[in-house]
Amino acid sequence: MNETVFRRMKDLPSTHLLGTGTPMCAGCGGLEAIHEIYDILGGKTVFVNAAGCMTLLSVYPFTPFRGSWLYTAMASAPAGAQGVRDALDILLAQNRLDPAEDVEVVVLTGDGAAYGMGLSATSAAIERGLDFLYICYDNEGYGNTGQQYSGATPHGARTATSLGRQGFRGYKKDLFAIWAAHRPAYVATVIGAEPLDLARKIETARSLRGPRLIIALSPCPTGWDYDPKETVAIGKLAVKTGVWPLQEYVDGQVAHTKVPHPRLPVEEYLKTQGRFAHLFSPERNEALLAEIQARVDAYWAEAGD
Amino acid sequence: MTRRLLTGNGAAAWGARLAGVDYVPAFPITPQTEIIETLADWIDRGELAGRLVTLESEHSMITAAGAAAVTGVRVFSATSSQGLLYAMEMLYTVAGWRAPFVLVNVSRGLAAPITLEPDHNDILAARDSGFLQLHCATCQEVLDSVLLAYRLAEDERVRLPVIVNLDGFYLSFTREPVAIPEPEAARRFLPPFDPETNQFRASAPVSQAVAVLGGGPYSYFRYEMQLAAVNALTVYDEVAGDFAAAFGRTYAAVEDYQSHDAEVVFVMMGSFAIKAREAVDRLREAGWAVGLLRPRLLRPFPAGTFQRLLAGKRGVAVVDQNLSLGKGGVLYMELASALYGQPGAPPVLASFIGGLGGRDIGPEEFYAMARITRQAAEAGRAPPPRLLYTLEELREVRTLQAIAAVERRSLGETP
Repeated sequence: MNETVFRRMKDLPSTHLLGTGTPMCAGCGGLEAIHEIYDILGGKTVFVNAAGCMTLLSVYPFTPFRGSWLYTAMASAPAGAQGVRDALDILLAQNRLDPAEDVEVVVLTGDGAAYGMGLSATSAAIERGLDFLYICYDNEGYGNTGQQYSGATPHGARTATSLGRQGFRGYKKDLFAIWAAHRPAYVATVIGAEPLDLARKIETARSLRGPRLIIALSPCPTGWDYDPKETVAIGKLAVKTGVWPLQEYVDGQVAHTKVPHPRLPVEEYLKTQGRFAHLFSPERNEALLAEIQARVDAYWAEAGD
Repeated sequence: MTRRLLTGNGAAAWGARLAGVDYVPAFPITPQTEIIETLADWIDRGELAGRLVTLESEHSMITAAGAAAVTGVRVFSATSSQGLLYAMEMLYTVAGWRAPFVLVNVSRGLAAPITLEPDHNDILAARDSGFLQLHCATCQEVLDSVLLAYRLAEDERVRLPVIVNLDGFYLSFTREPVAIPEPEAARRFLPPFDPETNQFRASAPVSQAVAVLGGGPYSYFRYEMQLAAVNALTVYDEVAGDFAAAFGRTYAAVEDYQSHDAEVVFVMMGSFAIKAREAVDRLREAGWAVGLLRPRLLRPFPAGTFQRLLAGKRGVAVVDQNLSLGKGGVLYMELASALYGQPGAPPVLASFIGGLGGRDIGPEEFYAMARITRQAAEAGRAPPPRLLYTLEELREVRTLQAIAAVERRSLGETP
């Protein structure tokens, strides 16, 4: 990380590689992150996609990607990456592929696939030591179908399948820890609202070989219920309130790349989004607000904040 | 050429070896496992240059197989039964990718109840997937069909994946003498895979398997697959002709046994058709004009061949080793739709279900089926579908039920 080329904002790429005019919603935090990631990865890539919002990036006969694309299915994008990577390696070994023509294999899925249906395929790809990059855009629900809760939905959030006063009764799965427990080459959390941190992590991931996995928290105007212009502000609040810890796992160690000081109250983040409005009106749900704050506090206490 | 005693599984592995496969995504399942064990062993010993990777499920296995095929290498895989169904989403998907590779399925009945023994409900569940299907009756045919299947799959007029099917236990674990072609001869018949546009290259980016909006483009691509699958009828005949010229073994799309002068014709697929062939011999000795047609090619369905071979016959007995619950035999429906309204079509098609979960079909049952079909032809009315079952089998099940009842009572439960 000390040798990063991304020391200041002005070091970030000024040429943007991903095409515009996609069918993503205005203010899509997932697309924001993918734009930033793609600027660094570039077109010598094949994106292997699972069913989700981003499947609609490439709709015949258009694509915003300068490189290649393969849509698979919801559960098995990592297995698709395995097939592509293995085939490329076979072609390289047989001298049927010029090494200059090799491409980086990138899995692109939402949280629905990453936290749930595709977890088995991801676990196995990591265990096989597959040389690939996995990007999960995490908008904390099945966004493409109208934001039903998923394994990534935070406690208390209203979704299309948790409309009651308590919101979603489950707790967001710690996918970072699950992935890191496999001891892959690299795991990191990022957010589009912190582009410098994101760029350094993609840079680190690119410098490594083996399984490298990135979770990008992706503020979602339609699913989280807020004005699209607030995407960056909400992303920054997710970090400043400690709700979304920016961390990385490398060489067997977990480190936080940005520790929020002072840490803002979680309320500051929650009250920006309609999916948490029931925590504030018609009356404040003090118990639930306190529980959510306590969980964030406990996380940072354990992290040694 | 050498001749060896090989199981059906061993013959499938030899087919893959002679095809010079680059990549084998694998997952174990009975009764297929011997195929991937054999290939893994050859790869470990350096006798086969390919790469084998065990995935964590058949769904992932078929995903990896399709992905590797569209990246430009020759791919082989194998599965069975529940595994084929677990992969079902990806069977349809990779066929749509036009990924030309070969999958061997070792047929086994489907749960529930769970069983290891064969019937064809697994493979027929994949009937509409876009995979072409070759059905084998001998171990030699298994080896040869794998080579044929690659030629068929990779032909520029087809470019679809192919399943080679063999019956669990009856073929998978039965040793038969198998002629193994010389590697050079196999290579002449099946040259290295030409990926054409199936590739990912830094300098030539492509988007594969993208979404479409609306029924127009969707139908276009699905119709393209249909036309390619229909092309495979012609291509199959060419490839089988080349194979016969190279190796002296003939594999018609529909194997014809004594049908030319037959009045009643059995139609069956897979290894159980060998039993029908034996019955045909016995019935002919008794003076009955009986024959047998065995479709090797089920997808594409050789409708024209059946129309030609069955024209003027008095009756057809279709023996299905599968059951579409609530309807009946799948092959029966396939054949009925191919013959209906065609000139010279046999007036009577009789449907019989047998051989589920490895249940035997005895010679007496074949004689009875011939008799019923002949009587139906004389009466001019197709009989209702028959589910083959003997009194003895029913008695065996009653015995098992009685044991279960005794056990339950001994545990103090009231039945």
